[in-house]
Amino acid sequence: MPKLWIAIAMIVVFSTAGDVLLSRSMKGIGDMAELRDRKGLLAVIMRVFSDGTFLIALSCMTLGFFSLLTALSWGDASLVVPSSASLTFICSAVAAKIFLKEDVDHRRWISAALVCVGVALLAK
Amino acid sequence: MQLRKNLVYLAIMGFGGIGDVLLKRGMQDFGVVDLHHPWHVVTALANPWILVGIVCLTGFFASYLTALSWHDLSYVLPATAMGYVVVTLLSRYFLHEQVSGWRWAGILLISCGVGFVTRGPAVTERKEDQRKEKEPLAAAKGSHELA
Repeated sequence: MPKLWIAIAMIVVFSTAGDVLLSRSMKGIGDMAELRDRKGLLAVIMRVFSDGTFLIALSCMTLGFFSLLTALSWGDASLVVPSSASLTFICSAVAAKIFLKEDVDHRRWISAALVCVGVALLAK
Repeated sequence: MQLRKNLVYLAIMGFGGIGDVLLKRGMQDFGVVDLHHPWHVVTALANPWILVGIVCLTGFFASYLTALSWHDLSYVLPATAMGYVVVTLLSRYFLHEQVSGWRWAGILLISCGVGFVTRGPAVTERKEDQRKEKEPLAAAKGSHELA
């Protein structure tokens, strides 16, 4: 497998884990816009950064970020960014159903299939 | 409130796309990452393009967190799909990369797919939410019966 696709796979794995953990963390914290209106920006930042799940998510995102930098140094941005982001979208939909118990209905699965074909075209 | 939500999704698309392209511009100056010295990539953080890219991606991240606090992950991710189009347009006209017809078709298909999902519900209805909605009704019905 070309090294570019290994870097893209690493972006996808770390980003999916980060997304799922971020979503869980934010649902626990509640409406951020409302919290900011009520208590101010500093209180929001303090609340977010004191959440353990958020910190683990941030670590995953950081690893994903350095994988992205590496992939960008090897390939075109117009290939690396959409392909990694689209594959992350599909993996996140599956992970959201399994881990977050979200209602991923037929509409969301169809869009995942369209994205898959789109990604295949990007690699051409 | 709807305007605020639309602005947050616009910020996700704009900051995300611009940030990614600025990172690519910075990595063009930096050169190829050497697999024998992977930690050397950290020194790329001194590049101004990468620094501005990180500022944009910070704006993206704040907007993304706000959207995640409102809606499902499987809704938020595709709803931000127009960011792909921003990346492709900037790659073509700012980075002067070759974007083939196949890639344009891929981008179009991805945008259609992810745009499709935004027409559905944004939040999963939980049993607890339904119970909370029914509780006040049941309480009102109970007090009515008592009266």
